[in-house]
Amino acid sequence: MRVSIPLLGMVGALALGVVAVLTLSHPPTISIQRGYRGTGMQLEYTPHQIATAFKTNQAPTAIPQTNAGPAAGTIYQNVQVLKNVPVSAFAGIMVSMTQWVAPKQGCGYCHVAGNFASDAKYTKRVARRMIQMTLYINSHWKQHVKNVGVTCDTCHRGNNAPSQVWFTGVPSTAAGGLTQGFTGEAMPSAAADGSALTSDPFTPFLLGHDKIRVSGKTALPNGNRMSVQQTEWTYALMMSYSSALGVNCDYCHNTRAFNKWSESTPQRVIAYYGLHMVRALNNDYMVPLTGTFAHNMLGPSGDVAKINCATCHQGAYKPLLGAKMAAQYPYLEGPGTLADPDPKSPAASGEANPAMITMTAVTTTPAASSPSSTTASPSTNTAPASSATTKPTQ
Amino acid sequence: MAMLSFEQKYRVRGGTLIGGDLFDFWVGPFYVGFFGVTTAFFSILGTLLIVWGAAIGPTWNIWRINIAPPALHYGLGLAPLAHGGLWQIITICAIGAFCSWALREVEISRKLGIGLHVPAAFGVAIFAYVSLEVIRPLLMGAWGVAFPYGIMSHLDWVSNTGYAYVNFEYNPMHMVAVTLFFTTTLALSLHGSLVLAAINPAKGEVVKFAEHEDTFFRDIIGYSIGTLGIHRLGLFLALGAVFASAACILISGPFWTQGWPSWWGWWLHLPIWSAAGH
Repeated sequence: MRVSIPLLGMVGALALGVVAVLTLSHPPTISIQRGYRGTGMQLEYTPHQIATAFKTNQAPTAIPQTNAGPAAGTIYQNVQVLKNVPVSAFAGIMVSMTQWVAPKQGCGYCHVAGNFASDAKYTKRVARRMIQMTLYINSHWKQHVKNVGVTCDTCHRGNNAPSQVWFTGVPSTAAGGLTQGFTGEAMPSAAADGSALTSDPFTPFLLGHDKIRVSGKTALPNGNRMSVQQTEWTYALMMSYSSALGVNCDYCHNTRAFNKWSESTPQRVIAYYGLHMVRALNNDYMVPLTGTFAHNMLGPSGDVAKINCATCHQGAYKPLLGAKMAAQYPYLEGPGTLADPDPKSPAASGEANPAMITMTAVTTTPAASSPSSTTASPSTNTAPASSATTKPTQ
Repeated sequence: MAMLSFEQKYRVRGGTLIGGDLFDFWVGPFYVGFFGVTTAFFSILGTLLIVWGAAIGPTWNIWRINIAPPALHYGLGLAPLAHGGLWQIITICAIGAFCSWALREVEISRKLGIGLHVPAAFGVAIFAYVSLEVIRPLLMGAWGVAFPYGIMSHLDWVSNTGYAYVNFEYNPMHMVAVTLFFTTTLALSLHGSLVLAAINPAKGEVVKFAEHEDTFFRDIIGYSIGTLGIHRLGLFLALGAVFASAACILISGPFWTQGWPSWWGWWLHLPIWSAAGH
């Protein structure tokens, strides 16, 4: 015993040391203060993380835009959305879209060779709707995208389909095998940073309208019917926000009171609008395209690829680190920049205007009660009634 | 203060580390010594500085008084008194007081001719404090990452610092520390109840000692660690818990800046999980 215990200790320490050296990072670190000194609200990065984020989030060089020539709709046939854009700018947008979405396939990814006006290819029909979505985001969701705006490249980054999308009903594949449970519980959830939470926190919150707020408004749980399980769904969603933006909980919250708007950072308000924006995009733009997409673009349960924070952010607190790409494509900044209202906007085409739906929903919520989205102090008193929230369904 | 008849026997001169005979005396029950004087100096100065900090702060509410460290942009430099400088001096006072107390324990142990286990154990607690307030800030390059002095404010720091790593319960050393803290209470409760059981026999029976105690555990789990061993185990568990706690916060930040759940990626990607023919 006298020999074996120290020996065991040394072997154990050696094993621990090997795991530590192989898996941990090391100083120096970069800390960013997010609250009053000493509150512990801070972001932390290694220089390597920062360098990686810079490398993977560089905006491509914009093709210079000119505004010469007549409106594209008068030159080309079947131009439905960008028909009032001067033809040279129109060409610039088309060439840029190729670079953003189909750099390998070129024009032929969407257009029929010899008949560019044809809508035969589904990719063209999707692309048209995606241009409308871009205009919609840049014009209706200033609260979230501010003056940075989005272009196709914000999500696509040179890929036919954005690399970070989500589907409903995808089984977790992180481990499996010996750890595979029968119920799907306690599996590592890719959405929740690999922790043992739900693998799909998106369907109830980013497609459905389940409420995220689980905190009570009183010190004692009077009237708050939220369960631990509901809290875990919210926690999983919040962890997906966190990894999507490459930030921690302190970026938006003072964790002593997660629910309090008055103690949160301004970014929480921006995230709040982001949630409602993503919900609107998924319901009004992505889901209606389910039948348009080729079957191989759909998920395992036949659903369309959907949007979450990571789709645009891809690990950066601002997509493409806040590069103002949209400003270089003024005709993508919204219908207001076109001479006519967008003829294919949902309202014009007889569909329900998603903007109206979304804004109606927003008026009952705390952030909307604050006239300025740049201040993070919507009153807690006007927060959505947490007791009205139903349990998220799987 | 009255002293029991035999106590005087243990009050012997010598054993001091510093100061020779100058401070080698008792005040009532308390041994003074050079380090008793420095303990008093640092404690009183530090406490008065906290009172000063409260006086220039927004509240006298005992729960909300907050002496915060400097903002991060001061790095490892000195900050103005009202902007974290007080925190810096109070930290020096605290470390001075804690170390003085440990060295006073050393002097007392030397007088008594006993081992240095008590100051060594207290030293582990000091190490935990120094880890949080000095070592981790040094590794991260700013005093501002240390915790503030305040009843509520230091709890807020704990919360935010935990959530800076998304889910602190996935911190492997935090897991070890929590396990050891619970095991410490388990061992102490088993030991305490066993001793009380042995010296509180049924009416009319004689008090039982070590053999009965050992036999109880041999009967129930096949092994008794013994009367000396239980104290070694207790000290090991307690110091292990404190050491693991210090380690868990030292790796958070300097050696891991992301969420702790994502650290387990290496484990999830070990090639063993498909062994069952998934």
